[in-house]
Amino acid sequence: MKALFMKNPLLLIGTVVVATVALLAVLAPFISPYDPSDINVRAILLPPSWEHWCGTDTLGRDVLTRMLYGARVSLAVGFVAVGIALVVGIFLGSIAGHYGGKVDGALMRLTDMVLCFPTFFLILAVIAFLEPSIWNIMIVIGLTSWMGVTRLVRAEFLSLRERDFILAARSLGVSSFQLIWRYLLPNAIGPILVSAVLGVAGAVLVESGLSFLGLGVQPPDPSWGNMLTEGKDNIQIAWWLSVYPGLAILITVLGYNLLGEGLRDLFDPKGNKR
Amino acid sequence: MKQYALKRLIGMIPLLLGITIISFGMMHLAPGEPSVVGNEFNPKVSADDIERLRAYYGLDKPLYEQYWNWLKRLAVLDFGNSFSSDGRAVLDKVLERLPVTLWINILAMLLILAVAIPIGVASAVRQNSWFDRGMTIFVFIGFAIPSFWLGLLLMIGLGVNTNLLPVSGIHDYSWQQMGWIEQQLDLMKHLILPVFVSAIGGLAGMSRFMRSGMLDVIRADYITTARAMGVAERVIRYRLALKNAMLPIITLLGLSIPGLIGGSVIVEQLFSIPGMGLLFYEAVLSRDYPLVMGITVIGAVLTLMGNLLADLSYAWADPRIRHGGKG
Repeated sequence: MKALFMKNPLLLIGTVVVATVALLAVLAPFISPYDPSDINVRAILLPPSWEHWCGTDTLGRDVLTRMLYGARVSLAVGFVAVGIALVVGIFLGSIAGHYGGKVDGALMRLTDMVLCFPTFFLILAVIAFLEPSIWNIMIVIGLTSWMGVTRLVRAEFLSLRERDFILAARSLGVSSFQLIWRYLLPNAIGPILVSAVLGVAGAVLVESGLSFLGLGVQPPDPSWGNMLTEGKDNIQIAWWLSVYPGLAILITVLGYNLLGEGLRDLFDPKGNKR
Repeated sequence: MKQYALKRLIGMIPLLLGITIISFGMMHLAPGEPSVVGNEFNPKVSADDIERLRAYYGLDKPLYEQYWNWLKRLAVLDFGNSFSSDGRAVLDKVLERLPVTLWINILAMLLILAVAIPIGVASAVRQNSWFDRGMTIFVFIGFAIPSFWLGLLLMIGLGVNTNLLPVSGIHDYSWQQMGWIEQQLDLMKHLILPVFVSAIGGLAGMSRFMRSGMLDVIRADYITTARAMGVAERVIRYRLALKNAMLPIITLLGLSIPGLIGGSVIVEQLFSIPGMGLLFYEAVLSRDYPLVMGITVIGAVLTLMGNLLADLSYAWADPRIRHGGKG
């Protein structure tokens, strides 16, 4: 275990960052003495100090506390959105890669089509028609980010298809479903995991962008993105409202990206070693 | 070459149809239709009136017929009228906002190319040097940094605290009184931050891509051959290797267009730039459905055209495709 981490510093740093952020999010109520929605008129817009490490916002709420609770929101959106993307992506990719031929052609056309759509426009358009809420955001981000997984699963299946053990299973008369579920997918799990971890990073970024525009997580629920909106509105007088929540996004996304790259090296040591 | 271009143009038709189907489907996701919204609790509006309104908007026809009518209007670039109080045609509204957005995106792309290619090449040539390591860190941060946060920090650092650069809009107050040259300089000053912020993600991605592309090419047989024949290292790097390493960049440029166009919403909102992104944002906030749909379709078409352009220049640059080896 130790040797593994020493050889793969990306994996080490990524794991530490991801675990720390997750722990802080889970333990938020035990870490902070404040409540994220407690309004305190005597502590409005205080700069960082011993009482409030990251200062307070326009309603006198503790910024650090809101960041801790915001981590819950961001991570929840990230995980659920990636979950949805994985389900759709694995389903379509399996069908395309397993059956090939015309089905494959049609599905890949569809994937290319969605891929060259400006996804952010699509997300915003859907939000315009529905209501901006945390559930809608999870679903919309999930439904607009499955393309990478689809392509990946398909590519893995196409290369696995010709391998002896798959041919053997096929000639034994294993059903298509069994073949995909028991033989093909388990052998493609490495790259899928990598893209899922990188996907969380992407989803956190998109969520923060949406919330920053006021079309994501709605106040008073704290999210790093909507905290930055307040930062922008008070940019002349309260720098701490802009600096800290963004730093939280940067560190979290960086952590997931590093973990993803580390896992890639782990599963495919020859691949990107340059 | 002509044949290839024609083939690609025809290949765009199903994509365009797909885009319109997705957009049309989304329009019908909207809760409530224009004939009912606002009239539900109005005692003066009878069921008959609503039926008449439905007929007026064509909503009583079957869905496929509605789609067909909508498509026919799209074909002559009729996106309908905005719901806002001015009620102007969607197309007019978009066209007056489009140039700023295009300029920012084109400048961002040029910036990406101008900076990322030298960085990538230098990193590859000096693989594992301090420069290469530093650039790797920059790339990871560039991938992870939310562009609007970077924008906020730059606004605080360069705008609010030091007044070095303007932080909002595209013109100074005194724009009207300026001479032509001054106006252009003023415009450029206003565009520095937005262009840089739009470019940051692409910068990171492109320099990474350039680095690995260059590393691949440097190991190719023909480079080894050239080296064995005593060709100068400089010529090998910048004449022989660079040309081939740059080919995939064209494709990547095409793929980065959706991100740039989508990102313009955030950048334009942040810097209060009156472009298509801000127009879209305002349309979303005010539930101006025709405008939202119009911009989505126009944005998608722009993306498709960008991709087509990228593919064509790829074909033009790669003789294997130019001469119709594969299509």
